[in-house]
Amino acid sequence: MPAHAVFRAEDTQFDVAVDPLIETLRAILPGEGLIVHEAGRRAYECDGLSAYKQLPLLVAVPETIEQVQAILRACSAAGVPVVTRGAGTSLSGGALPHPQGLLLAMGKFNRIHQIDAERRIARIDPGVRNLAISEAAAPYGLYYAPDPSSQIACSIGGNVGENAGGVHCLKYGLTVHNVLSVKVVTIDGDITTMGSEALDSPGYDLLALMHGSEGMLGVVVEVTVKLLPMPLTKQVLMASFDNVEAGGHAVAGIIADGIIPGGLEMMDGAAIQAAEDFVQAGYDTQAAAILICELDGSAAEVADQMDAVKACLTAHGASAIQVAADDAERARFWAGRKAAFPAVGRISADYYCMDGTIPRKQLAYVLRRISELSAAKQLETVNVFHAGDGNLHPLILFDGNKPGQLEAAEDLGSEILQLCVEVGGTVTGEHGVGVEKINEMCVQFKTAEIEQFHAIKAAFDAQGLLNPGKAIPTLNRCAEFGRLHVHNGELPHPELERL
Amino acid sequence: MTDADQSAELKSRVDAALSNTQPLEIIGTGSKRFYGNSVDAEALDVSHHRGVVAYEPTELVITARAGTPIAEVNATLAEQNQMLAFEPPLLGGTGTIGGALATGLSGPRRPFWGSARDMVLGIRLLNGHGELMRFGGEVMKNVAGYDTARLNVAALGTLGVILEASLKVLPAPPAHATVVLEIPAQDCHARTEQWLREGRPLSGVSHDGERLLVRLSGTQSAVSDALSHLGGEPMDDHQADAFWQSVRDHTHPFFTSDEPIWRISLPPGVDPNHFAGPQFIDWAGQQIWLRGDHDADALRTQATRYGGSATCFNHRPSRIGAFQPLDAVPMRLHQQLKKAFDPQAIFNPGRLYPDLEDA
Repeated sequence: MPAHAVFRAEDTQFDVAVDPLIETLRAILPGEGLIVHEAGRRAYECDGLSAYKQLPLLVAVPETIEQVQAILRACSAAGVPVVTRGAGTSLSGGALPHPQGLLLAMGKFNRIHQIDAERRIARIDPGVRNLAISEAAAPYGLYYAPDPSSQIACSIGGNVGENAGGVHCLKYGLTVHNVLSVKVVTIDGDITTMGSEALDSPGYDLLALMHGSEGMLGVVVEVTVKLLPMPLTKQVLMASFDNVEAGGHAVAGIIADGIIPGGLEMMDGAAIQAAEDFVQAGYDTQAAAILICELDGSAAEVADQMDAVKACLTAHGASAIQVAADDAERARFWAGRKAAFPAVGRISADYYCMDGTIPRKQLAYVLRRISELSAAKQLETVNVFHAGDGNLHPLILFDGNKPGQLEAAEDLGSEILQLCVEVGGTVTGEHGVGVEKINEMCVQFKTAEIEQFHAIKAAFDAQGLLNPGKAIPTLNRCAEFGRLHVHNGELPHPELERL
Repeated sequence: MTDADQSAELKSRVDAALSNTQPLEIIGTGSKRFYGNSVDAEALDVSHHRGVVAYEPTELVITARAGTPIAEVNATLAEQNQMLAFEPPLLGGTGTIGGALATGLSGPRRPFWGSARDMVLGIRLLNGHGELMRFGGEVMKNVAGYDTARLNVAALGTLGVILEASLKVLPAPPAHATVVLEIPAQDCHARTEQWLREGRPLSGVSHDGERLLVRLSGTQSAVSDALSHLGGEPMDDHQADAFWQSVRDHTHPFFTSDEPIWRISLPPGVDPNHFAGPQFIDWAGQQIWLRGDHDADALRTQATRYGGSATCFNHRPSRIGAFQPLDAVPMRLHQQLKKAFDPQAIFNPGRLYPDLEDA
């Protein structure tokens, strides 16, 4: 159970007459397309943030764009909230159902319409899994670059909604840099295309705005992405450091040398041990930190960069450097990093994954503060870090069966996110705000900014029906959060009336 | 000129304009004032709000006020062997960071390294309520709140005054070369694809009507390796720099007449011969510049047929709207977004679309 209420009174003031709604939706969705019975709805009660559960009023499983349009028209006319769900892997509760709303499950939109190898473009349904795109493109020597750790399960529609990242973002960008266009159905049931196959389109960049909008502005019903040629050569090396700070300096050194590695990941001592115990990746368990660096490109380019990176790591005090000899070893080096979350799952009853981004130069300070904050709560944290782009994933270990531990873990998570904002970073790098970090948004943004977000939302969805209570806090919520969390003696949003 | 933070002054100008319902035309150095539809409003000069606020080479981020000249940013970055990868066009003037983002234009490197919008990490914005706001930040990954920073790129100042921007910067590659090849324009895409799949470090593919010019930027061995594979005639470095700069800034003779210049933005692989008249091809065929008096509707219909759009870029006859008109649904969203940022429609009225303010 969540440690605090998810939806606030103002998020749940919808007046929904369920029987007429069922009647209307039945006419749109034959057979199993509308799920009314509780056991069926139960399957959708949570996403990847499973501490939060909420039974939706109804579940719709459309198969055609026309059905999505008709559903949204009906919900819009009846004033019914709509929460769109892809694969349900959100780590921030983005797809948590609304108690008065329809859950729109896009799982049946799972076709790859076209892999245009010549032009390196793929046109796909939103429910297609991230990894399935690369698998379909592989016979042509192509792939889809963004690779969130959940790529085996997460869907491209959700990737757009969250602007998903991965371990190769620094060089190859986020979802927003790799999607060419999206077909979107608005809450009024209108359909429009944002972006195009060209490198730009007339008017406002609505395509960028859709990325990371967490299902608040429209429903994505088709996605067109660009594909990249597979790099001709890849080299992966792993360096050990006696302290985290030296590892951080080495990352800065590599970039100062003019090299943008394909991937650049750091793990702290606890993460190394957990991963090694789990997958036997050959990690140096004596190290305080390891850095995994992938270089890709033409053979000539990779050879040049390999020499420079090795020299740089040595100069920054790496205690050991291993270069993967072949594909198998490369895969093994990565396996430990990619399995870091489940590896932590083995050593702790529960864990809570955070997702702040910080300026990299603050890494040592932030890690030190995290360990102090953890100690104060008598909890442990394990840290994995997308070192190239500053995205930090502290995993807070706790036992949900012990009274008070979930609350302590959530409080610690909140403190860590506020720390990220304090050092000039952000509360979410790639997992989204959802319900999870909605309070911390009040720390990152001022009242005028939050009002501007609400105005953007209203431009697309005047009734506020799409995913209510997510991503952007109400000012009432911020007032209350501010009252509970006076920071440095300074009340956030001091101009607001306290409730 | 000295660095200055004029946020407060600009805010009071906007507050005054709001209370008098006085429309404002946001202007830096005016180098791209020709771009878009003309605006009849009082000037809001942001060129004195200038200076690099922060630059962290190892974080790959620079933050500069809107009025900072592009050249100053380029010079600051060059000292650390870094660059703005989108190669912002100066277009014959000085050009500021604010103008580069408000127009969202990118130079020859764009198809290979990314666009202006791709590099924006955060902005400070003064909206049509006179509120000073900050969106995004200085970090690469940030999904807190709607992507208001990228939304303002290429919005031509119609959603607010961009006061400051944090941009992702990249290391400047150590080696460059340009080769000239006798290849017809319609083969541009296929050859570019072949080179990309061979891992060639492309940073520009243009066709001047007669010859294909290919720029390579990368490590020393990657560039020399590519040079030996591509064939063609290597161009002298000096001449090559001048050529790419003339493409970026439209000082190439193709652009220097008084005839209208159209910009056609296209998906990859469209045969440029579908578009009649003198043309200059950039972005490996995805950006075609057309010169001459074209029928706007016919040209836009043709661009749409191939999945692209046509902008009347320069020397625009007054009867022609600069930008390809939008369909009803996106226009409604545009009008509502405009209202969400600038309800009194005081910023650059008409510049993007004449009916943007009609909601």
